[in-house]
Amino acid sequence: MGKTLQWEVSVNSKWCKKCGLCVEFCPRDVLEMNDIPTVKDAARCIGCLMCEMHCPDFAITVKRRENNG
Amino acid sequence: MALPIDKYLRVAKMPHIWCPGCGHGIVTQAIVRAIHELELDTEKTVVVSGIGCSARAPGYLHFDTLHTTHGRAIAFATGIKMAKPELNVIVITGDGDAAAIGGNHLIHAARRNLDLTVICFNNNIYGMTSGQYSPLTPQGSYATTSPYGMLEKPFDLCNLVIGAGGTFAARSTTYHARQLTNLIKEAIAYKGFAFVDALSQCPTYFGRRNKLRTPLEMMNWFKDRSVPVSSWEKLSPEEREGKFAIGVLTKAQATELTEVYKQLIEQLQQRGGE
Amino acid sequence: MAKNQARLLQGNEAVVEGAIAAGLRFFAGYPITPSTEIAEHCAAKLPVAGGKFIQMEDEIASMAAICGASLAGLKSMTATSGPGFSLKQENLGFAVKGEIPCVVVNVQRVGPSTGMPTSTAQGDVMQARWGSHGDHEIVALCPASVKEAFTLTVEAFNIAEEYRTPVVLLLDETIGHLREKVILPSKEELVVKDREKPNVPPEQYKPFAMDQGRIPGVPPLAAYGEGFKFHVTGLTHGEDGFPTGNPAIAEKQLRRLNEKISSNKKALCKVEKFFLEDAEVVIFAYGATARSARKAVRDARAVGIKAGMLRPITIWPFVEDALLEVKAGRPKAVIVPEMNLGQLVLPVKSVMGDSVPVIPINKLAGQLITPEEILSAMKEAV
Repeated sequence: MGKTLQWEVSVNSKWCKKCGLCVEFCPRDVLEMNDIPTVKDAARCIGCLMCEMHCPDFAITVKRRENNG
Repeated sequence: MALPIDKYLRVAKMPHIWCPGCGHGIVTQAIVRAIHELELDTEKTVVVSGIGCSARAPGYLHFDTLHTTHGRAIAFATGIKMAKPELNVIVITGDGDAAAIGGNHLIHAARRNLDLTVICFNNNIYGMTSGQYSPLTPQGSYATTSPYGMLEKPFDLCNLVIGAGGTFAARSTTYHARQLTNLIKEAIAYKGFAFVDALSQCPTYFGRRNKLRTPLEMMNWFKDRSVPVSSWEKLSPEEREGKFAIGVLTKAQATELTEVYKQLIEQLQQRGGE
Repeated sequence: MAKNQARLLQGNEAVVEGAIAAGLRFFAGYPITPSTEIAEHCAAKLPVAGGKFIQMEDEIASMAAICGASLAGLKSMTATSGPGFSLKQENLGFAVKGEIPCVVVNVQRVGPSTGMPTSTAQGDVMQARWGSHGDHEIVALCPASVKEAFTLTVEAFNIAEEYRTPVVLLLDETIGHLREKVILPSKEELVVKDREKPNVPPEQYKPFAMDQGRIPGVPPLAAYGEGFKFHVTGLTHGEDGFPTGNPAIAEKQLRRLNEKISSNKKALCKVEKFFLEDAEVVIFAYGATARSARKAVRDARAVGIKAGMLRPITIWPFVEDALLEVKAGRPKAVIVPEMNLGQLVLPVKSVMGDSVPVIPINKLAGQLITPEEILSAMKEAV
């Protein structure tokens, strides 16, 4: 794809209870479940916040990357 | 766009106590996001809860907060709102908390049209006491006190509130998190009694006993049974069987109690009283 | 109200006048004989004073609403009678645990259950003390005249504000419905106290601090809407107000909660001593019964019996010290007339032990105990 990275997805491992909902709700297959949800392919993220909004633990935040602002 | 969690959460109290995959965290985030997008004055916002899983939410929210007795949050909130009408008063309650022991306060607050926002974390079960049926448990569903399937007919909370004279009632689910946030925003902004029925999955007690093993299965169960209010009106009773409407079910203007009381005080004090 | 002019007032009305004079600005109640006049007068007078009245859907909601209003910064009150007092107990316990200043008026009628709604009684005395569950203290005051219905309401608010606690005002139907000529103190003569506010910034504020406040063990109380963003819960909590299961913290907090009342008995326990100095027989009477006792003391003195009365104005905490003084005087007997089957007579007996006989007089069907009945009991005792 070669697109510059638009979004940064970070997971708070201290709060995450590994329910897996974020992986399920991501429409772009950005996340995968290891010990905790991890970003498989950040470039695919479109910042739709489906993961953040469906996280019951306040453990995912999606931020627009600064450097290409 | 990112939610400034440390402004709205009592971060030191996290992580919260809700089970992995429980929907209550999703509804709580929807409330926080609604407050953020409405830019509410966090110093003029009070969050009140009763007893139950949902009732633990205010403990994590960085506002004036009050965790009251089972079923009575709306009555406590009535005192707060009447005393200081300028405060945004948000009540967090559960299906048992609001419609079983708290039913009397729910219908009277709706009748009075006091400017309160009541958000019911509706998981169709008593979670905190580990799985008894509630007035919202669907007929036939299993719980520790309905081992042979729920015999009674459950409430429709929005119809109950509308029947009591409520002039703002809406419903959404944790599956529809963005819509839920928008409805909560609208409910908070509404000048009067605003009720939001927020369906929230309880995987630990409701899900496990009713073949909805994972949080996702339960959220899909919500999605499959939800019908946008616009098309809900076109469905026949048979088509509505086992389904529910989501969106704003009623919204109408009505005189708000603290406004009316304020005018009374002003009139009396102008007349200098008898 | 012209300064200090004599007025004909009903007890229930005097309660409302006293409450408003003390700064009452929120009343929530529910109709119940024989206290309804209190709600009615509040409905008329509070909005004129810029306060708020609301009739809630039941007594449970009324008790909840006054807790909410008090936490929002207003002095608040509710009023009821036996059946409603029973319904309010859980939220009264919440007010104790959340240390929420408020006044709960109970105009007693004959119980149990529906009983005799228009008839006088003193049968809720122990309920006032132990009606709510768990170890807790309560403050309860008891007027014996319409004037005291006014002054003790002011006192009840002052105690509530000073000790951050609910205060029960125990009337009986007689005092509640009694109309008397009364000269009320003017506003200037009244001492009105307000809750101590925090003097620290929000981030340092501990709503349940162990060691802050003018009175040891009584932490300052912020109000909702002032930016303190504090938490109040019925769960056992630490100094910051958040739930704790840590027994050490819980024990300290529970002891502070109880001792802030029990260790201040000197300030809280008020009595009237009537002809006690040389009394050979002492009547221990409160509320309407004390009016008969006062007459009985005079009648006894007229026939040469050295009688006296100790009248508890404070019912809870119990006026133990005053009774120990009576005991030291070695009277021939202590007579305890009550419009119940014997409630305060129990702690009186435990104070008197074997050294002073304690003679109860009990009526429970809504009739007043007469001076003659008390006098004859005295004659037997001496």
